[in-house]
Amino acid sequence: MTPEVRYVLRLADTNLVLAQRLGEWVGHAPALEEDLGLANLSLDLLGQARLLLARAGELEGLGRGEDQLAYLREESEYFNLTLVEQPNGDFGDTVVRQFLFDAWQLGLYEALVASGDAALAAIAAKGAREAAYHLRYSGGWLVRLGDGTAESHARVAASLARLWPYTNELFHDDDVDRAAAAAGIGVLPSALAPPWSVRVDQTLAHATLARPAHSSFVWYGKQGRHSEHLGYLLAEMQSLHRAHPGASW
Amino acid sequence: MNKEQDWPLYEIFIRAKSGLDHKHVGSVHATDAAMALEHARDLYTRRQEGVSIWAVRSADIVASDPAESDAFFEPARDKIYRHPTFYDIPDEVKTL
Repeated sequence: MTPEVRYVLRLADTNLVLAQRLGEWVGHAPALEEDLGLANLSLDLLGQARLLLARAGELEGLGRGEDQLAYLREESEYFNLTLVEQPNGDFGDTVVRQFLFDAWQLGLYEALVASGDAALAAIAAKGAREAAYHLRYSGGWLVRLGDGTAESHARVAASLARLWPYTNELFHDDDVDRAAAAAGIGVLPSALAPPWSVRVDQTLAHATLARPAHSSFVWYGKQGRHSEHLGYLLAEMQSLHRAHPGASW
Repeated sequence: MNKEQDWPLYEIFIRAKSGLDHKHVGSVHATDAAMALEHARDLYTRRQEGVSIWAVRSADIVASDPAESDAFFEPARDKIYRHPTFYDIPDEVKTL
């Protein structure tokens, strides 16, 4: 598998896994309106994931379509960021995970519109508009919870501390990233750190939350080495397709 | 949590396209005005129903009392001369 294919799969898998996680909220959100809000985020991310998977399949040239890539790869063949496979937890955990992710994805898409791959650039242009709204949603909730009651502040501060170590991976360059950037189709993850920090620090200040201390541990979900949570998620997501291959509406 | 008690209700008005007026489409619960707009966007513009949203606290709307509708509206009933129905409209005029 070429670095280009792998790079696009990382983006696709990250979206797909987070879309699945957000989908788990349907029917369980704290209010009907939030149920729809989270489902909307999920569907935006799923739409982008489908386009990205299709593009990865084209670049690979082995005839694998979006369904085959989504439903017939094993855990170690998934290249999503480890942050997005973390469990939903309570609503505050989900908000923090979403906020850290949205701030990253908006910066990514803003840079990726200049990709030499026309399909990727088009997906990024569409995705940037969606990511801007997602960040508004998750950032708004982070401020409400952080600057809310003593309990909401304490709980969301704990969520932030728990999820923060997973953000190192977002800005860690490896050989795949460097090759994709050198080929002119990808963006170096480390280049996304400054705009992300600006966005995150701004909202954290609004939310009266302190930025957690830096830790040096890096996760490698994007290289197929995952936390213990992804296997269960994939088992649920893929079970229908594996039981009924090729089933359609 | 009792959402009805904790989250105020907002009435939502959507403008379908520029030039038309905002029409009432329903209501959402939200903790504040910004969230009301987001909820309205997610609930009522999923299928491109609008280009503009207004949100108004339901509590801020002053409404006429249905029990008083006779006193309010009955006096207009026999004043048909207020309706512009006594004019001959030329065939060429299509949009009156």
